[in-house]
Amino acid sequence: MNGIVKTFPGVKALDGVSFDVRAGEVHALVGENGAGKSTLMKTLAGAYVADAGTIEIDGKIVAIDGPRAAENLGIGMIYQEFNLVPDLRVVDNVLLGHEPVRGAFLDARAAVARVSSVLGELGIALPLERKARSLSVAEQQMTEIAKALVRKARLIVMDEPTAALTEREIDALFALIAKLTAQGVAFVYISHRLEELPKISDRITVIRDGKTVETRATVDMPQDEMIRLMVGRPLEAHFPVLPAVPADAPVALRVEGLSASGAVAIRGVSFTVRSGEIVGLAGLVGAGRTDIVRAIAGADIPDSGAIEVKGKRVRVRAPHDAIEAGIAFITEDRKAQGLVLGMSVTANTTLAHLDAYSKGPFVVRAAEEAIANEEIAELRIRTPNAEQLVRNLSGGNQQKVVLAKWLIGHADVFLFDEPTRGIDVGAKAEIYALMLSLLARGAAIVMVSSELPEVLGMSHRVLVIRDGRIQAEFARDDATPAKVIAAATGVAA
Amino acid sequence: MAKDPVAVKAALEAGSEKVRAHRTRRLALRTGGGVVAFVAVIVLVNVFSHGAFLTPGNLTNVLRQITDNAILAIGQTFVIITAGIDLSVGSLIGLTGVVMALFANAMHFDGPLLVIATLLVGLAVGCAAGYINAVPVVRLGLPPFITTLAMMLMAHGLALKLAHGQPIPLNTTSFDTIGVGFFLQGVLKPLGFPGIPIAVIWMAALVTTFAIVLTRTRFGRYVFAIGGNEEAARLAGIDVKTVKTLVYVISGGCAAVAGMLLMARFQTGSPTTGVGDELHSIAAVVVGGTSLAGGRGSVVSTFFGALLIGVLNNVMNLLGIESYTQDIVLGAVILIAVIVDELRKRYLTH
Repeated sequence: MNGIVKTFPGVKALDGVSFDVRAGEVHALVGENGAGKSTLMKTLAGAYVADAGTIEIDGKIVAIDGPRAAENLGIGMIYQEFNLVPDLRVVDNVLLGHEPVRGAFLDARAAVARVSSVLGELGIALPLERKARSLSVAEQQMTEIAKALVRKARLIVMDEPTAALTEREIDALFALIAKLTAQGVAFVYISHRLEELPKISDRITVIRDGKTVETRATVDMPQDEMIRLMVGRPLEAHFPVLPAVPADAPVALRVEGLSASGAVAIRGVSFTVRSGEIVGLAGLVGAGRTDIVRAIAGADIPDSGAIEVKGKRVRVRAPHDAIEAGIAFITEDRKAQGLVLGMSVTANTTLAHLDAYSKGPFVVRAAEEAIANEEIAELRIRTPNAEQLVRNLSGGNQQKVVLAKWLIGHADVFLFDEPTRGIDVGAKAEIYALMLSLLARGAAIVMVSSELPEVLGMSHRVLVIRDGRIQAEFARDDATPAKVIAAATGVAA
Repeated sequence: MAKDPVAVKAALEAGSEKVRAHRTRRLALRTGGGVVAFVAVIVLVNVFSHGAFLTPGNLTNVLRQITDNAILAIGQTFVIITAGIDLSVGSLIGLTGVVMALFANAMHFDGPLLVIATLLVGLAVGCAAGYINAVPVVRLGLPPFITTLAMMLMAHGLALKLAHGQPIPLNTTSFDTIGVGFFLQGVLKPLGFPGIPIAVIWMAALVTTFAIVLTRTRFGRYVFAIGGNEEAARLAGIDVKTVKTLVYVISGGCAAVAGMLLMARFQTGSPTTGVGDELHSIAAVVVGGTSLAGGRGSVVSTFFGALLIGVLNNVMNLLGIESYTQDIVLGAVILIAVIVDELRKRYLTH
């Protein structure tokens, strides 16, 4: 791959990434969250088409304009979320789209024979007749690998393959990878678990901000060096100066022993946030950061634990309870969770506090429009008018509408989940300024962010989350990128 | 480039002129086009039917004929805006009709009191059925297609069972006014109109009330929000389960009112009345431009959807088109209406 560029509206996800993979090699790709690894992978898979740059296979420039093209070129993808059909048997999943036929009918015997021979060569045992739904994570992964091999893949891209495996399963996976590389199959191996790379990879490429930073042989890349390259720059200066938390500031949010079973289970999470303070939650994707704020906000129902707002115990059984108690939750995915795209700026702004703009059962349109226009002016939301559908606004302006929705409620605690994801630099600065004005009015803020500079630049304290627990806590002056990454990845710093 | 203030102003004005022209065109497309087409069709139809369409008697007839479908379609609109569907409403007409007829026949009093009591009984049955439709949907996340399909079968079976398979004639005259009565008969008769059928007044009242509920109340706003993005609505603190439940209760209630009007018109509670009407109500909603994907729609548009279908049926009758052909035409018109609506929306969003 040479000089790959991929731009999305408002973001340059890839900005000239170049690297090469040799036959029979395991090439690891590392980088912070959002460095561009996934985009790169999807470009290789044909899910995205690159805006510039070339991809060569065996010295020939190829065009990957769709998943089918990638497959024909011998590229196999194994995503973190597997692509198996849960109700089809293993054998059918492996052969999906390549079923052997006799005349017009499926040839069941040939199907089993073909899959068994591929698996037999590698010495993997898989229950061919069972439905994919009933397989363990490791078995599903093996099924995915078999799927790639049946399609004669010569390059297999794996995204976080060990994230959900046990130690033994990881060993089995590594043995299989070794066997395949001996046959000349090449691997692109994407992982956050830096400690496993020396065991499995031949070379490592670090990418950052959509650019290739460096490619080196694994033996020449000690872990601390890798982390230094991943983080790269010193903290950028575009963050505003955080005012110190007043010494007598009361505790606004207290979380005690919070456990919940959301997408990622969280266990025994305890922390406090004082009025006027920003606490940043750092950690890898899937560490449980979002799940912590979701449980506080009632988006997931906590299993146990206590939540106090301004010293008052809050029983959170639904989002409504949290809102009543003065907790505002600005979700990570504004399109899926934050906004009703087909409704106007006004309707979205008042959605969570509509009773304040109603008389009896009736919505008072004038009052609603007045507050919406006020917020449009204050947050500088660029929209022709308050009746514009949110769908038609840019990402940054949509995010401001989400903020407007929670600002009009005068909450005491604001939970920001990835508040600046996918928005441009200008809008980011405005959102930081807004957070400061919230602090000034005495709010407490919890901020989840995958952007390390943001967490470090915009938090008074940083909590590092790993495996659903708080692994480490750093005061602002003490939080260095290396320490945070070390705690987040489980590497001894 | 030098900034000549006059030139700048002229350019700005030209720009806003352009914007305004564009807006006007869009507005024309949004409303005007439909009206022009509608009027043109009506004129054509009137010519071809030798003037039989545009007579006071016929127009009154059309309105009366669409009442039950329009009323069913009001509830269906609410359900469909939340991205649901209610297949039970047709059978509920039959069930509520039978229950109300049995109740009215068993009572020993008469007059308006009996009408009100009977209506309340019918509403209780319809709303309860709606509630039962909703519970598995909101508690277990089951698809409403399934729960309301099951209710459709159960309601139909129960209606037949209660009525022993036979229509139940009313043994009271208390429902005559609602069924076949006219409003303003004295005033309108000299003008050639037979008066406004009482059933049409019910329809107008319900359309108006629920149009207001949908567009002016918090509840209505929440219905749209849930259909547009249920998760965002939940995280905004909206009680999604209650709102969704109420939507099915409203739909069941609308079916009961339609059941009452049909029972009154035919002086009979028949277990087979309304069978298949759920599909006509869905057709009215869809022809009215409400999206089956949820989040968008209007009661008034639904009324016009029902009206369009009613006019079409009436016109085909006047032109002497046999009933098999009528179904073919009706199906084609529904398909074309939906396709045109989709294309229009695509144009408007670009």
